[in-house]
Amino acid sequence: MLWFRTWRLGIKSLLLHPMRTALTVLGIFIGVAGVISLLAIGEGISQEAQRQIEGLGADNIMVRSVKPLNLPEAAASSFILPYGLLREDYALLVETIPTIKSALPIREMRRMVRYADHTIEGRVVGCTPEYADVTRLYIERGHFISDADVKMSQNHCVLAAQVVERLFPYEDPLGRRVFLQEHKDYYTVVGICRDRPPTAAIGGSLDAQDFSNDVYIPISTMRKRIGDTVVMSSGGSREGETVELNQITLRIDSIDNVQKTAELVEQMLEKNHGKLKDTAVIVPLELLEQARRTKVMFMVIMGLIASVTLVVGGIGIMNIMLATVTERTREIGVRRALGARRSDIVRQFLVETIAMSVLGGLVGVGFGLLCPLAVDTARAIVKSVAPDLIAGLPEIMRDVTPIIVPLSIPFAFCISVLIGVMFGLYPAYRAAQMDPIEALRHE
Amino acid sequence: MKLAAKLEDLTKHYVLKSETVRALRGVSFDIPEGDYVAIMGPSGSGKSTLLNLLGCLDRPTSGAMYLGDANVATMNDNQLSYTRATRIGFVFQSYNLIQQLTVVENIEVPLYYQGRLNKRDRARCLELAEMVGLQDRLSHRPAQLSGGQQQRVAIARSLVNDPYFILADEPTGNLDTATADEILRLFENLNQLGKTIIMVTHEDEVSRHAKRIIRLRDGLIQTDERKENRTVLN
Repeated sequence: MLWFRTWRLGIKSLLLHPMRTALTVLGIFIGVAGVISLLAIGEGISQEAQRQIEGLGADNIMVRSVKPLNLPEAAASSFILPYGLLREDYALLVETIPTIKSALPIREMRRMVRYADHTIEGRVVGCTPEYADVTRLYIERGHFISDADVKMSQNHCVLAAQVVERLFPYEDPLGRRVFLQEHKDYYTVVGICRDRPPTAAIGGSLDAQDFSNDVYIPISTMRKRIGDTVVMSSGGSREGETVELNQITLRIDSIDNVQKTAELVEQMLEKNHGKLKDTAVIVPLELLEQARRTKVMFMVIMGLIASVTLVVGGIGIMNIMLATVTERTREIGVRRALGARRSDIVRQFLVETIAMSVLGGLVGVGFGLLCPLAVDTARAIVKSVAPDLIAGLPEIMRDVTPIIVPLSIPFAFCISVLIGVMFGLYPAYRAAQMDPIEALRHE
Repeated sequence: MKLAAKLEDLTKHYVLKSETVRALRGVSFDIPEGDYVAIMGPSGSGKSTLLNLLGCLDRPTSGAMYLGDANVATMNDNQLSYTRATRIGFVFQSYNLIQQLTVVENIEVPLYYQGRLNKRDRARCLELAEMVGLQDRLSHRPAQLSGGQQQRVAIARSLVNDPYFILADEPTGNLDTATADEILRLFENLNQLGKTIIMVTHEDEVSRHAKRIIRLRDGLIQTDERKENRTVLN
């Protein structure tokens, strides 16, 4: 009851000076709304940056077949060497590790590709439809290898832009058939890739890759038509190897799980392949590190901005409360004369600052939640007023979508109330320490 | 006779830079219940200091002051606050109502600081408002009232905690003669109902309504006399 009256009194006192109260609330409001929307924008940019890093393959683990150095006796005597990843490994990994979002078996080899009288040495890649997605391959015309292609082991292929340029200088390749010389086999072109620059090597863990001479065919077709065993004649001697898969690219559900999953994969492969070191697990360490650094950097910057905003809001409250205490010296004197203890005075002023900061906090949370909308509106306005300005911005800024960080809401709110209390404490203390006689005499 | 307050050799010194001001230099008197005392004296006589001590707003340098059995001189700040909330009714020259509160709420304030407020108390506040003639202004704010009306609210407020005495500091100082008379009449009525009143004033016009006049000079009691023929307003 008395508690309730304290609050009612506090609110009444605040309403006595609506303008001043509103301005103070505004300070905290801007602080909280600022924190929430800054964090949201920061999170938006950060996630976009993370996505770009993922685009480089940070969420991919590559498991590759490696030609073993210490050959077992039996294998060494035979001229055809079986090694590397097995389809069985692929099935096992996919079935047992839950953090794998998608897995991509790849078998590749160099082959002569011909159309009419044009021939090139291409990289024939046996893959599944996910390949385009995982390696960020974009189709210019037609379509990529489809599920049906894989299921039916169709003789379909998708060509890289440069292959098209060289095999079909004057014709439309879609629907034409290219010829794989070594296998005396025709493949119908169903899609053409957009031109794609080779990826640079990133640190030590990812090799540079050149996609320009790629010819993609369904992996099932490759198995049936070409088989696992490849025999090459070089310098008079014939050398052969049997490899089921060259590479399995694993896409992990989140960057945070990459490291752990890689360890797991390594353990499982070791069990299957034993001492024969014919597989290697490649983790994009540099990319992971970069992703982590980016995240931390954004968190630090946003945290700094957020705390500055909140402190400014808090100082606003303190200023107003100090002014209020001076202005209400007389009232404090009267209350003391009528029996208020020091703690009563402290409580009264604290209640007012808490009321203001809670109100500012609530309104701030409300507006903070509207931030994505506000950003869109602002962008639309700037776009119509100054299109050049927008065009000049880096893409990451132009397209940023604020993402509300759920934790930022209770965080901003609690901090605002805490700041209200902290900055309200000093004026309240000053009020309580006043000599009631002096206070009563104050004009 | 029961005493509302008892002062024993009260002194109060203020230290200002190098100099010590001896505002009160040993003041003793009793105030029996039901008394109506005017404390007078020129400025610098120690009048205000005595008022602050009587109001438990300050502690004496030496001596003792009893309200009932309790010696105010030895109390700490919280105890003084509690004493003010429960034993003393203040009336000020400039009314000192709290602007953001209504008439009834202003009357309630001392109860609030006693840590109690129930339905009976609320009823008592309404009764007091009626007694000072403000029953139809209950939810007005101080700014909407005249000076006389504000002082009536202040008097109602000073009665709400059933104090040992009402301590009035120049209660008519800001009022015109007619309104001042009204207020003094109210005091007179209260005194007749048995309320003890201590009034600090420098106006003879006002002090002649009191039953007893204590005159101070240079921190000492100059005269302390009971009046035989005082002006009684009815």
